[in-house]
Amino acid sequence: MESVRGCCATRVCGAGVASLGVFCPGFRAGRPPRLSGAMWRRCLRLQDSGRRLRDQAMGGLTARMGPGPGPTTQPLARAYAPLTERKRFYQNVSITQGEGGFEINLDHRKLKTPQAKLFTVPSEALAIAVATEWDSQQDTIKFYTMHLTTLCNTSLDNPMQRNREQLIRAAVKFLDTDTICYRVEEPETLVELQKNEWDPVIEWAEKRYDVQIGSSTSIMGPSIPAKTREVLASHLASYNMWALQGPDLACVPAGIEFVATQLKSMVLTLGLIDLHLTVEQAVLLSRLEEEYQIQKWGNIEWAHDYELHELRARTAAGTLFIHLCSESTTVKHKLLQE
Amino acid sequence: MAALGSPARTMRGLLRELRFVSAATGRPYRGSAAYRYLVKAFRAHRVTGEKLCRAQHELHFQAATYLCLLRSVRAHVALHQEFHGKGERSVEESAGMVGLKLPRQPGGKGWEP
Repeated sequence: MESVRGCCATRVCGAGVASLGVFCPGFRAGRPPRLSGAMWRRCLRLQDSGRRLRDQAMGGLTARMGPGPGPTTQPLARAYAPLTERKRFYQNVSITQGEGGFEINLDHRKLKTPQAKLFTVPSEALAIAVATEWDSQQDTIKFYTMHLTTLCNTSLDNPMQRNREQLIRAAVKFLDTDTICYRVEEPETLVELQKNEWDPVIEWAEKRYDVQIGSSTSIMGPSIPAKTREVLASHLASYNMWALQGPDLACVPAGIEFVATQLKSMVLTLGLIDLHLTVEQAVLLSRLEEEYQIQKWGNIEWAHDYELHELRARTAAGTLFIHLCSESTTVKHKLLQE
Repeated sequence: MAALGSPARTMRGLLRELRFVSAATGRPYRGSAAYRYLVKAFRAHRVTGEKLCRAQHELHFQAATYLCLLRSVRAHVALHQEFHGKGERSVEESAGMVGLKLPRQPGGKGWEP
């Protein structure tokens, strides 16, 4: 307790003795009493110096003394420890069919979106996939692994209040800066690689949608005619929306925009929507230059592989979301007819 | 779409991932809703596959996509826990990650001949 008394005598901080004694085990155990004097001297010096310096010092002091929770009270080596994740508070995950579609139950509670709307999805497969996501959480809920849940939440809540035209416009905007339309001029091998890998995809898209896309080595990118954009936008708009929800909700355009944002490419996204490319292929094509550099300089597991798997997971979730929201009804009809 | 491989292979991969998923709860994966749905869907399309090629193709694509999702999430979580989930690492650990070792003095720290 001596160190604590010393601290209070110096009036470095206004916190009570009891709270310091209770909440700062590191302070109580490890710090010799003489240090509080040193801190006092430092504070005196800082009083005369500029405001920025003082703010810094107080930040440093409160970080050591403040009784608040979080990483600041931990020892210095753990200063960047991640925030605690939420505990898994449920045992069973089940699905029920409600009026608006399929709902998820965590034990007896209904799953809700961040804006406290009821979580409802139109297709059974999507509901099962989301339920599996919740059921696969071990001990703690890792939200950064639950891409399908995140996508459903986003399209249910629509936090940006965007309608489907805006979403489609945002997705088609990626065509102007499409990854696979930008080519390098050197080195030779990469030029050839890009030509061999990307040209067939562009050719396929041009033939499939009867538009002109092209590629370019200039920093301004290829000049894509306005007609191309119109055709693609109208094509994307033809995807039916989340049928059971209100007309404002645009889940398929939201999914399309999500995938385009991940791959940084509209053409690759179209390839995924039209079943021309698998997710692995699309991700590989999107990261073509990175893969080339990895071949040349070596792979770093905690950066390259980490990003690769995250990108694959996000792209797969987006693609699955698009397909389950737009086409599963037709699949089901065929199943029922049998 | 030859890249997808055979549906049976995708199915096996999915079941394998479901086993990993069910490890969280410790319950058998055969009781899960996902297992029942997958088996039902794959069986239904085995029958109708001849007539409705496109539907089978679509379903197989979706199954492969889901498999990719499950696999990637598992790999991503493993990498996250290995490299990013523990906060700041010590100097020795950081050096070890890039294949280096800290210099060591034979007589201990501060030793000079």
